[in-house]
Amino acid sequence: MKIHIKNGHLIDPKNKIDAKQDVFIVAGKVAGIGKAPDGFVANQTIDAAGLIVSPGFVDLSARLREPGSEYQATLNSELLAAAAGGVTSLACPPDTNPVLDEPGLVEMLKHRAKLLNLAHVYPLGALTRQLEGKLLTEMHALSNAGCVAFSQADIAITDTQVLWRAFEYAATFGYTIFLRAEDYYLAKNGVAHDGEVASRLGLKGIPAAAEALSIASIIRIACETKTRIHLCRLSTAEGVELVRTAKKQGLQVSADVSTQHLHLTDMDIGYFNTHANLKPPLRSMRDKAALSQGLKDGTIDAICSDHTPVNDDAKLLPFAEAEAGATGLELLLPLALKWATDNKASLLDTIAAITSQPASILGINGGHLSLNADADIAIFNPSTEWNVVANQLKSQGKNTPFLGNLMLGRVYYTLLHGQITYAYQ
Amino acid sequence: MVNPQLDAEGNLKHLLTIEGLPKRILNQILDTAETFVGVAERDIKKVPLLRGKTVCNIFFENSTRTRTTFEIAAKRLSADVINLNVNTSSQSKGETILDTVDNLIAMHADMFVVRHAQSGAAHFIARHVPDNISVINAGDGRHAHPTQGLLDVFTVRKYKPDLHNLRVALVGDVLHSRVARSEIHALTTLGVPEVRVIAPKTLLPADVEKLGVQVFHDMKAGLKDVDVIMMLRLQNERMSGALLPSAQEYFRTFGLTQEKLSYAKSDAIVMHPGPMNRGVEIDSSVADGSQSVILPQVTYGIAVRMAVMAILGGGSIGGGNAGGAV
Repeated sequence: MKIHIKNGHLIDPKNKIDAKQDVFIVAGKVAGIGKAPDGFVANQTIDAAGLIVSPGFVDLSARLREPGSEYQATLNSELLAAAAGGVTSLACPPDTNPVLDEPGLVEMLKHRAKLLNLAHVYPLGALTRQLEGKLLTEMHALSNAGCVAFSQADIAITDTQVLWRAFEYAATFGYTIFLRAEDYYLAKNGVAHDGEVASRLGLKGIPAAAEALSIASIIRIACETKTRIHLCRLSTAEGVELVRTAKKQGLQVSADVSTQHLHLTDMDIGYFNTHANLKPPLRSMRDKAALSQGLKDGTIDAICSDHTPVNDDAKLLPFAEAEAGATGLELLLPLALKWATDNKASLLDTIAAITSQPASILGINGGHLSLNADADIAIFNPSTEWNVVANQLKSQGKNTPFLGNLMLGRVYYTLLHGQITYAYQ
Repeated sequence: MVNPQLDAEGNLKHLLTIEGLPKRILNQILDTAETFVGVAERDIKKVPLLRGKTVCNIFFENSTRTRTTFEIAAKRLSADVINLNVNTSSQSKGETILDTVDNLIAMHADMFVVRHAQSGAAHFIARHVPDNISVINAGDGRHAHPTQGLLDVFTVRKYKPDLHNLRVALVGDVLHSRVARSEIHALTTLGVPEVRVIAPKTLLPADVEKLGVQVFHDMKAGLKDVDVIMMLRLQNERMSGALLPSAQEYFRTFGLTQEKLSYAKSDAIVMHPGPMNRGVEIDSSVADGSQSVILPQVTYGIAVRMAVMAILGGGSIGGGNAGGAV
């Protein structure tokens, strides 16, 4: 199969390309940029006039709900959502049921994803068995089964001795640890940012310091044990500052922020809107501004969707009883673009935050369109307007605080291995 | 954001929280309540305003006192009353709040009085009932207890009519108190110039001063020149642990005794939403003393709840149509 993507504007951050260039694909690989390889005759031509051609997006956190929560979503529904959102590679956290702490489960997940052939699925293995924070998992075996890094999902390790050992063990093999930093005790039972809004609404707060305290200890232990760490979904100004300092000191630390936290604050809880019940909680205007600044100056490396499909029943509850999370794969691009517009960031840097940078954190060969790379491509129009309407989302989860919002930026084609997995109707 | 408590014409549709209600609505409720105070003193303690209507008390969290006052208020308005204690029945069988509410809607109730342990539960239910049903929040988690806040300002107005010239202090567990939040909003909306909270730091929510109050951690300073003292209840489970070391120490530092009462103005009134923990947040000699208006609060509570139900039910005596501005 030979595909010619013509007349598009190519943005490939890793190769620093931001120019009108055609892309030529042969047998699922990039065979030429700007110039057709010798003897190239296209079987299929995609006219990308007026569109942007970019590496397929790489999402550092997408819950697919399999195994265990198929009533919330299935691999099929969520990978269709990924394709519709231009996401061609995604990392899924280990908090499934059962937990991804056994090589067999990881192999099965990889196998099922491969059969669907809609996106590359990169499981994050559990750092501790059952995510209980007590016993280490067989990280080496999990890595062989396909885990690209290790994570505790949203569950904190409260025992610092275990945390230390887990870091040392992971560092033995050079594995990266993904952690969402939040002090367990300060966050216990909390559902909103501890501030004026939570106080008014009578919701139990999680102080911003819960993140800072946890980041400080993670960074300290990572420094001692020489472990590569990735901090997931920063939410506070203090957290950003700690990462900034750690990076200046040359530590192997990276960080991401979710599309929700880039755009929303605790004010968006409004009258107890359960779609704004998220982990970490939406925080203050000041925190949101610091996250934006952190992303702009490179302290934060990547934007993730933190895709968490939740079924309606689990959201149709009083705020504190509702399940946290938002569906996000299909909103990753427009929300990243909105951030770029709001903060006068370049398209090249913004696309880097959803392609080459997350790929490098995962240590995968993706997120770029170099010669011979997999032809995983998103073709989009950054100015197409569309409304977020529940029944038009491919994801089985219709839960997002952006329901009813106007989005700018729509994926027109998604290609995986040079095969079209999504075409905008 | 549309205020879920008001209809398109700006009239009260549900009573969920005092926050965000305009002053005219609060005054409408208080003035209507004034007309109901006399009803209880009549031989026949009934007015026919809600005849043929069904009020459903749905209590997901137990409370005999509050439920009883709502029941009396509804009956004095001639409504039919159904009481449902859900925490002991369906919820334990896995029925969701919405299942329970849907069943009651199917039984054609006209008004729901709702209490729930979670903040926001009343808003949640109000969002899901059909247009012809009104929801009254009888307490949701730490969030709001609007009829209590209203009956408290009603009581204040009775004893200290010039609200624009008052200093009010709330004492105790503001952090967990829906009553405190409703009192603060009622007082500030009605123009009370100085509202204070007095509590240890462990019992105050984050950024509490942004609710428009001054913060004190000392009774002597906090009660100085105060006209009204509103005591808050301290729940048993919070008396000893990581929030407070002991009930005794709390009583010594923040309990209202005759001595501490003397820091306030000599004609200050003392209020408490009940039930009281005598010897913990308040000394018996103060609770039963000449400055206490704790029992009148209960009496006025019925008139205020009648007023809320009458306005939501579409009628008010002497005030014409509920839609009319007061």
